[in-house]
Amino acid sequence: MFYRENGQFKTTYRADQQIFPITQDRFAVLAIIAFAFFAVPMLADEYMFRAILIPFLILSLAALGVNILVGYCGQISLGSGAFMAVGAYMAYNTYVRIEGMPLIVALLSGGFFATAVGMFFGIPSLRVKGLYLAVATLAAQFFCDWAFSRIGWFTNNSSSGSVAVSNLQVLGWKIDTPIEKYLFCLGFLVVFGLLAKNLVRSAIGREWMAIRDMDVAAAVIGIRPVYAKLSAFAVSSFIVGVAGGLWAFVHLGSWEPAAFSIDRSFQLLFMVIIGGMGSIMGSFFGAAFIVVLPIFLNQFLPWAGELVGVTISTAAVAHTEFMIFGALIVWFLIAEPHGLAKLWSIAKQKLRIWPFPH
Amino acid sequence: MAFFLEALFGGLMAGMLYSLVALGFVLIFKASGVFNFAQGAMVLFAALAMARFSEWIPGWIGIESRFLANTIAFLLAAVLMYILAWLIERLVLRHLVNQEGVTLLMATLGITYFIDGFGQTIFGSEIYKIDVGMPKEPVFLFEGVFEGGVLINLEDVYAAIIAAFLVAGLSLFFQKTATGRALRAVADDHQAAQSIGIPLNKIWVIVWFVAGITALVAGIIWGSKLGVQFSLTTVALRALPVIILGGLTSVPGAIIGGLIIGVGEKLSEVYLGPLVGGGIEIWFAYVLALVFLLFRPQGLFGEKIIDRV
Repeated sequence: MFYRENGQFKTTYRADQQIFPITQDRFAVLAIIAFAFFAVPMLADEYMFRAILIPFLILSLAALGVNILVGYCGQISLGSGAFMAVGAYMAYNTYVRIEGMPLIVALLSGGFFATAVGMFFGIPSLRVKGLYLAVATLAAQFFCDWAFSRIGWFTNNSSSGSVAVSNLQVLGWKIDTPIEKYLFCLGFLVVFGLLAKNLVRSAIGREWMAIRDMDVAAAVIGIRPVYAKLSAFAVSSFIVGVAGGLWAFVHLGSWEPAAFSIDRSFQLLFMVIIGGMGSIMGSFFGAAFIVVLPIFLNQFLPWAGELVGVTISTAAVAHTEFMIFGALIVWFLIAEPHGLAKLWSIAKQKLRIWPFPH
Repeated sequence: MAFFLEALFGGLMAGMLYSLVALGFVLIFKASGVFNFAQGAMVLFAALAMARFSEWIPGWIGIESRFLANTIAFLLAAVLMYILAWLIERLVLRHLVNQEGVTLLMATLGITYFIDGFGQTIFGSEIYKIDVGMPKEPVFLFEGVFEGGVLINLEDVYAAIIAAFLVAGLSLFFQKTATGRALRAVADDHQAAQSIGIPLNKIWVIVWFVAGITALVAGIIWGSKLGVQFSLTTVALRALPVIILGGLTSVPGAIIGGLIIGVGEKLSEVYLGPLVGGGIEIWFAYVLALVFLLFRPQGLFGEKIIDRV
């Protein structure tokens, strides 16, 4: 009744081609962005920011990048953690080694280095695909793990192997409280989210989707696989690299290579699959699910144990958490293989025809 | 020369163990098209079961003999792997028929988390020993040929022999028995196999069980070498380059790929490692496999990939 496009006539090409062609969508997105910028800082407390909101923002940015590669271009990658690491360490190096380097430029340069590395490790995608490619991208993961822990130059020869940044500021705006960090990450996410949304409906986005659906057929109708696949690797690793820089600079502050281990790659892929492959919205859903679930289980299990009169030790909680997490993932894949985004679009469709479903 | 031979032998032995884990991957991929990331977790789970059962059994039924306890523990662990295979088929695979490869891959990752948590909940999470009487002391060979001889770990030799027997047994099973023929039929073509009356679900249980047994053997061998602990799960990651080198669908590929990777890893660690700071064996295998893939995308023995529009 309230959500339908009847009567919204487009009279110009401009109006027809805008990102959110339905007026209600446009307002909803504006409302969500406004809510995130103005209402959330007033409502949330410090724990919320540190444990949930900031990780959610940064990981959904990374999931967005992975989704472009996996969901839109169909190239399964298990090396996303490595691209995050490249973003983080190269941002660190440009930030520390060049005097007076602005923070945002450092983060973006981390993204550019991640692009280069991502394109290099994307070369096998021209020859192999599917699961072979997934294993091939693991090479990036293990190589980067090794490089950042063994080659002293990357860590500025720090003796402990961990590096740290402090005194983050942008044009005189000091970023040190959780609220400021949150706003900083949110800014990045909104900009990249809109860029990505725009990109996937452009000519290049359609090329990616054609490659994903059937690469031989795409090549036959004149799409260059080399160009399409490598550009997907490039765009994806740029976004993932920037997210890695944010994760290291803003969320962690000081970090070591273990922060970007293979578990991170799996986590990002989980977000994409659970959120919904080939959906920008899905990346946010997936990130929210994967960030919140362990925290929830961690709080809920001891409480549930007390309810039935057993005290659960920390180790048991950790193991039970593993079990429930794994079981939920499997259950989720069985119940909704197309991810949360599919539920979202079903809900939208229902709303559209409500209250007369026939 | 003696040094080179030592590294070579070490590599071959390690490679044999890699191929054992890789074999589990290949079996499942061939029969059900699932890229089973849970193989590493299965290795840990089986090894944990074996270690704890052999520790508990003397207390339960009051036998002293080490050998008897180990045998019963092995059988119990095998039964456990069968139950696991049955549960996975019943609860997961059956519901995910015809899904995309990546969805199945993610499902096995979910299974990995579950088995990791479950195994450590019931069996505990410390480091346990498996003592199946493998000799620990090293021996020297060719002392007449080289000065000082070639140092070889007897344990590795035994492990390689066990692995070789298992591989031979599996090949016989696949070639000669009716079940083995059914398995190969399913691997070739699901629909055709089903249409001539081969029950797919049963075959899946069997193949996951066989993979579970290889996991158990691999777990016992690795476990008695390194102790049963969480890091056993990383064995699976070490075996991945083996299967892309050998081809996802080829049993001989898994074995020869394992040997190539094992030797390549060892030699690179010994000769290249010192030049770049060491620790390169973990990624060298991947890079080796990757370079190889660029020239032969289907692996050494994999079926040729033909694309049609």
